[in-house]
Amino acid sequence: MFETLILMLDATMRVSTPLIFAALAGLYSERAGIVDIGLEGKILGSAFAAAAAASVFGSAWVGLCFGILASVGLAMIHGFACITHRGDHIVSGVAINTIVAGLTVTLSMYWFGMGGQTPALVGDARFLDITFPFADAMESVPVIGAIYSNLLSGHNILVYLAFAMVPVTYWVIYKTRFGLRLRAVGENPHAVDTAGISVSLIRYRALIICGILCGLAGAYLSTAHNAGFLKDMSAGKGYMALAALIFGKWRPVPVLLACLLFGFLDAVAVRMQGVVIPGIGEVPVQAIEVLPYVLTVLLLAGFIGKAIGPKAIGRPYVKERA
Amino acid sequence: MPYAIELRDISKRFGAVQANKDICLQVPAGTIHGIIGENGAGKSTLMSIIYGFYEADTGHIEVDGKRVDIRSSQDAINAGIGMVHQHFMLVENFSVLENVILGAEGGAVLKNGIGAARVELQRLAQEYSLDIDVDAIVEELPVGLQQRVEILKALYRGARILILDEPTGVLTPQEADHLFRILKALKDQGVTVLLITHKLREIMASTDNVSVMRQGEMVAHRETTHTSKEDLAELMVGKKVRLTVDKDDAQPSEVLLSARDLSQFDSQGVKRLKDVSLELRAGEILGIAGVSGNGQSELLNVLSGIAPMSEGEVHFAGQVITAKAPKDAAQMRDLKMAHVPEDRHKMGLVTGFEAYEAAVLGYHNSPDYNGKVLMNRKAMLDECNERMAAWDVRPPNPHLKTANFSGGNQQKIVIAREVEQNPEVLLIGQPTRGVDIGAIENIHEQIVKLRDSGKAILLVSVELDEIMALSDRIIVMFDGAVVGELDAKDADERTLGLMMANAHQKEQEDEEQEGESA
Repeated sequence: MFETLILMLDATMRVSTPLIFAALAGLYSERAGIVDIGLEGKILGSAFAAAAAASVFGSAWVGLCFGILASVGLAMIHGFACITHRGDHIVSGVAINTIVAGLTVTLSMYWFGMGGQTPALVGDARFLDITFPFADAMESVPVIGAIYSNLLSGHNILVYLAFAMVPVTYWVIYKTRFGLRLRAVGENPHAVDTAGISVSLIRYRALIICGILCGLAGAYLSTAHNAGFLKDMSAGKGYMALAALIFGKWRPVPVLLACLLFGFLDAVAVRMQGVVIPGIGEVPVQAIEVLPYVLTVLLLAGFIGKAIGPKAIGRPYVKERA
Repeated sequence: MPYAIELRDISKRFGAVQANKDICLQVPAGTIHGIIGENGAGKSTLMSIIYGFYEADTGHIEVDGKRVDIRSSQDAINAGIGMVHQHFMLVENFSVLENVILGAEGGAVLKNGIGAARVELQRLAQEYSLDIDVDAIVEELPVGLQQRVEILKALYRGARILILDEPTGVLTPQEADHLFRILKALKDQGVTVLLITHKLREIMASTDNVSVMRQGEMVAHRETTHTSKEDLAELMVGKKVRLTVDKDDAQPSEVLLSARDLSQFDSQGVKRLKDVSLELRAGEILGIAGVSGNGQSELLNVLSGIAPMSEGEVHFAGQVITAKAPKDAAQMRDLKMAHVPEDRHKMGLVTGFEAYEAAVLGYHNSPDYNGKVLMNRKAMLDECNERMAAWDVRPPNPHLKTANFSGGNQQKIVIAREVEQNPEVLLIGQPTRGVDIGAIENIHEQIVKLRDSGKAILLVSVELDEIMALSDRIIVMFDGAVVGELDAKDADERTLGLMMANAHQKEQEDEEQEGESA
């Protein structure tokens, strides 16, 4: 039983990682007042760019750089539409998702000719798991050993980075000048403007961070979690991250917990495949996979109170006063 | 000694509108300088230019005798100019401290700057008697204190010139008095204050000099001691105006509408309207006084059927309306209740509609405007033309989008629409908000005329002058409840002001306290 739990928690960490990156990406963007439904597209774009570059250059790190570049590029398109030209955030985000879904497959066929996939990544082209010191020796120690060796040790660097990003984000958002301005821009951009700070600049910087984090999420999917790019491999993670962001009320630690909960449900879903529960029979996998979404709706509908987002979210900033 | 701030030939044009034309202004250091003018006279544009929101087309600004180039708010702040905006520029869920340091954080990490800011704020608070809890969340503070945060923000940035744009619009008379005491203290410390307002009383009470703007031009400069309300009012509008309304005593007769124990809860379960009872008689104007946001809007919404009541009942036109048997706005209209909403842009008009379309809103199903299948456009246009002539709407063009009329003319379109339906009861909210003095007179006359024809009028206004000039009877609301009622003849600013702050019962104590603090 304990071992099963450790295994499931281990799986939770792996599947939560892209959610954490993406949800934090959304946090920066939305706290600055930019709705980012395009998380999904940025993850997918980065996954493709990372896998493609990793397979060409044979280095996961080069792949990561390309993934981040692609994702930041997409974020800048979103910024150009929403900040510079005051476009509708949702429309721009959906456009990015649609373009990326088609473009990744098209480019992949053109370049690699493998039916929309990239070549399988081997060796240094993937992020490999890191084994903590003494992990083998500790394994035999009861409880602590299992937690140390099987749960904490043995993930790739991006998993640890994702978890490290949570306190970093907390610090940036709440303890730095940039964070103060970022939050202010999302609440009342007029106050920021009259304080002599450029609203656009803050929002663009937020989107760059958002792009970098989505880039990490995408690269993780294709060069760490899997070994190559597959069509539509982001599989709704961007939307799930958005749900976690709302669920966590746009705050870093609750967002992390929401991501872990969703990741755990995902791990349960995998675990439950084909398992027959006495009296109920075989639970369809879809029934469990739908749980995170059902849970978000239910919890938002009544259990955690109203999720009040940044006040100025989704509204283009126009200099003229109301 | 050079002027604290001097404007030379500032001009600004927005499309076809000349908002500012060759404005010259000289403000001596350490004085309070009033700038007065009607809405749309160009005061706010001028201040926006000084604060770097807009760039002037021509002309330049000098601060302390040196020419400065102000292209952004940052430039203005650097030149020692601070501004308290009409709509506060505060982040509501931030603390006072966070709001004050925003943009002047003193380092990339907040920790360093925040301690210094705390000390500096305490110093400022003492020096200018601007006490405030720096850790309070702004949205939990009353508006008077929120305004104080704005002032502190400017002073923290080292402002030596402070611009206040219509600072008293949201304050009770007592809060306003306090503000003026603060301004005096600032002046004594050598701060130059520019006070923008359209209220003559404030200019007379607090300024050293006053400049008058009209239609984008600076038409006069006066020393406040050498001018009068009447003089200034005349300069503002360019003709003699009366500040009172000519009307005979009311002849109230039967009760047309009576409300008993009306309450309303908002979506958060907070009681916004608390057991309000009132009677409205034919041939009278009942004024509802109160600081904005004390339940007047909820009262109008409930009475007009826009929002359902939570408790209580309304008797009107032989019907009993309760929470269980509500009537919506259309049904209330059918019972001959007309409503001129407080916010004409949000609720009174569709700003994208042409005037003749806006003029039938709410009555668009009337057979007068409809053929068998389609709407009768000609009837609508004819009626609109007639009304535009009768109400002096300018320009008299039924095809102009309502957004392109001035505030006063928009309001005339709305009021004409409601009054011309010959209602029994007229609910009217902020009838002259954002309306020029010339149009105010016209609107007030029409309201009195309607009363004299035996209709009942419920007037909600935050302008005390308006309440006192028009009402026959006055009800004061505070925190959702009725806190007092008096005959208009017994009402003066002081009594009403105290009632609006719900301080009339403890007036004695307050006076003693004021004596001590002074």
